[in-house]
Amino acid sequence: MSEPMLQVENLAKRFGGIVATDDLVLNVEAGELHAVIGPNGAGKTTLIAQLSGQLSPDSGRVRFDGKDITALPMYRRSRLGLARSFQITSLFLDLSVLDNVALAVQAHAGHSFRFWRNARSEPDLREPARAALARVGLGERADGRASALSHGEHRQLELAMALAGSPRMLLLDEPMAGLGPEESARMVEMLRALKRELTILLVEHDMEAVFALADRITVLVYGRVIASGKPDDIRANADVRDAYLGEAETGAASHG
Amino acid sequence: MTPALTARNIAIVALLAGLLLMPVFAELAGNRFLLTLFTRIVILALAAVSLNLILGYGGMMSFGHAAYLGIGGYAVGMLAHEGVLSGFVQWPVALAGSALFALIIGALSLRTRGVYFIMITLAFAQMAYYIFAGLARYGGDDGLTIYKRSQFFNPINLSNKVQFYYICLALLFAAIYLVWRLVNSRFGMTIQGARSNDIRMRAIGFPTYRYKLVCFVIAGTMCGLSGALLANHTDFVSPQMMYWTRSGDLIIMVVLGGMGSPFGPLIGAVALLVLEEVLSGITEYWQIILGPLLLLVVLFARGGIDGLLVKLQGKERAKVRS
Amino acid sequence: MTLFIEQCLNGLQFGLLLFLLAAGLTLVFGIMDLVNLAHGSLYMIGAYFAATFAAWTGSFVLGAVLALGATLMVGMAVEVIAMRRLYGRDHLDHVLGTFGLILFFDESVRLIWGPEGLSLPLPSWLNRSVQILPGVNYSAYRLAIIVVTLTVAAFLYVLVMRTRIGMLIRAGASNREMVGALGVNIKLLYTLVFGLGAALAGLAGLMQAPILTVQIGMGENILILAFVITVIGGIGSIRGALVAAIFVGFIDTLGRAFFPDLLRMVLSPAAASTAAPALSSMMIYLLMAIVLVVKPEGLFSAGNK
Repeated sequence: MSEPMLQVENLAKRFGGIVATDDLVLNVEAGELHAVIGPNGAGKTTLIAQLSGQLSPDSGRVRFDGKDITALPMYRRSRLGLARSFQITSLFLDLSVLDNVALAVQAHAGHSFRFWRNARSEPDLREPARAALARVGLGERADGRASALSHGEHRQLELAMALAGSPRMLLLDEPMAGLGPEESARMVEMLRALKRELTILLVEHDMEAVFALADRITVLVYGRVIASGKPDDIRANADVRDAYLGEAETGAASHG
Repeated sequence: MTPALTARNIAIVALLAGLLLMPVFAELAGNRFLLTLFTRIVILALAAVSLNLILGYGGMMSFGHAAYLGIGGYAVGMLAHEGVLSGFVQWPVALAGSALFALIIGALSLRTRGVYFIMITLAFAQMAYYIFAGLARYGGDDGLTIYKRSQFFNPINLSNKVQFYYICLALLFAAIYLVWRLVNSRFGMTIQGARSNDIRMRAIGFPTYRYKLVCFVIAGTMCGLSGALLANHTDFVSPQMMYWTRSGDLIIMVVLGGMGSPFGPLIGAVALLVLEEVLSGITEYWQIILGPLLLLVVLFARGGIDGLLVKLQGKERAKVRS
Repeated sequence: MTLFIEQCLNGLQFGLLLFLLAAGLTLVFGIMDLVNLAHGSLYMIGAYFAATFAAWTGSFVLGAVLALGATLMVGMAVEVIAMRRLYGRDHLDHVLGTFGLILFFDESVRLIWGPEGLSLPLPSWLNRSVQILPGVNYSAYRLAIIVVTLTVAAFLYVLVMRTRIGMLIRAGASNREMVGALGVNIKLLYTLVFGLGAALAGLAGLMQAPILTVQIGMGENILILAFVITVIGGIGSIRGALVAAIFVGFIDTLGRAFFPDLLRMVLSPAAASTAAPALSSMMIYLLMAIVLVVKPEGLFSAGNK
């Protein structure tokens, strides 16, 4: 097998006295869906923020496709093909659904110092955007305003935007959060289809979804990796059970 | 797409036709003052159009836009004072001066956002005001009379009032068209995206700071042109041109007309300045009416006049700013 | 040397006066998230009230006290009638709405007091100079301003850091819902805070009145300085406002006093006298620019907004 797509080496981040990421080592192989789970406050979102470049780590390295990206700002990482979706949906609510995705396409089409041609009629932007929307099942809603979509649809749009730049790897931060059972099931199907083409790092609370989708799972507790392996190994792991799974399963059950 | 016969479109066409025919009307009515008033409206509308680019489309709440009026105006006034009368020198200097100022101010103030941005743009514009007020050679506080308007080749003669009006009007229409092209281009989409959600723009790969800065400079330059016109119109420049309340007036025009709408600033400029004219005809203390009126507009009519016209269309369909 | 000491004290006095304005501005912004351009109008109104009441009562001190009370009332009335409706709106609405208020106040003052300015004469016991160091005399009135503003600063410190109201104020700044949940009458709290800010502005105005002429628009120029201070000090920080205000007071006063002489050393006298007024008025803005480059969120930023 070749080099891992994403290599995280001894990553550490503190906020004051709190250790959010503690000497974290993680490899994501090309083509796999790698899930990161852990109880609340385990530092999952902080990890994603460091991988995407929103936060810079105190020490350690992040390599993407063999290239050291630790010091690169968000937009450079995204141009290398590392796309991120947000936990709290963060869209361009006053623009149209299609505009949202077209902006994501535009972000990858080099600089935007083009002042004259109407971007809303450029096939180079609009066609990939429509394709990405169709992929997540929002093709019909393309011309509506983004603020008019439902919560579940916002998640789909979020995913379409991540896909729009034809990334090689997706960082997904709790794509199921706040979705009803039906919407969750649809999202799982979508991710299952995507993982054939993309490498995905998934942070998720919904254990059912994680065990259904993941090729490998890493368990994080207090910013530290306590286990990493195939779903069956994780299920069987005594440490994980003690530290987390028992509690999480009841948590997941109460969510329905 | 063919434009529909909606209330909004009819109002805009009527306004444009009215502006085109204004000199004829003023001539027929024998009312020279009307032409002077509307020349001023057209010039300030140009400034409002430039402000709308950053405020309405870019979400950058600049409270220092009048500074460019002053810089553009003083470029004309100071050069004329030194004997340089050619518009081919004066106007490019006005534009370049405004662009440079916008570049410096923008580079500093765009590092911040929100209220800081408002206060900083306001403060820097006020700094420019004090600088010009301190230039004793060019009249200081009292300002500077311009004895000769900018010279171009024949038959262009800015001293001809009708000709000057049409030149201003042509430049205004050109500016509206330019802004419209700009905001719908890739660059414009970037600017609008940054207004809508700056963090997200950076997350998907846009270094928004430089786009906003370029936008800020374009708007400042355009407003500098308005300043050069204003100096030629009044044959006089003074620091008062760039006092901060003038920046406030420009914001009112943009909001009153309708932010982020191509013709909004023009509508707002006509509405505000005509309203001022009417109110000041009623009472000497007309601002006592205008002030609370403004507060009411803010509280109850945020979409501005353009927003009301769109509502009149009856279609409350989700309108994407275009 | 005497001149230098005197100018330093003038700088301190002006800085402290600016602090009163900036403190009100930053308090209102920090707690209600409201940008109030009309803050300068309250400064102006304080000065007009003081001049009027002092003339009526024949007593400077009584006039000042009445003016302070009246400005407080005007401030609370403005809050109840107008400002309250602006909370939670975006900043552009604040800017426009309060800009409308400025027009209203300026014009009302012109209607009531006329376009000419007023003056507020000092009583004889303040209108003299006292010896502060051997051979150095200084205006008793300016000294009094320094004492009063320092007292107010101490009062504000105690109020915000040590009292229940202050706790609510600090909590309100960081967590609006929590204060509401505690069962505090948040409307009343906001009215009081706005009134306090107005009273501080009015105090600054009435104290400045004997030094300058009382005139329309006096609040607007000084408001910009208060903005500069707020930007330098960090929005929402009273301590930042104090430090920045003293800085700005010094730089502005000393700059105007000594900068032309310094310039004359490097430039020809003619060039220096041309450039000096423009350059010395730029200095505080340069200070602001430097702060922005080094620390865009201000020196003592209370939150990261």
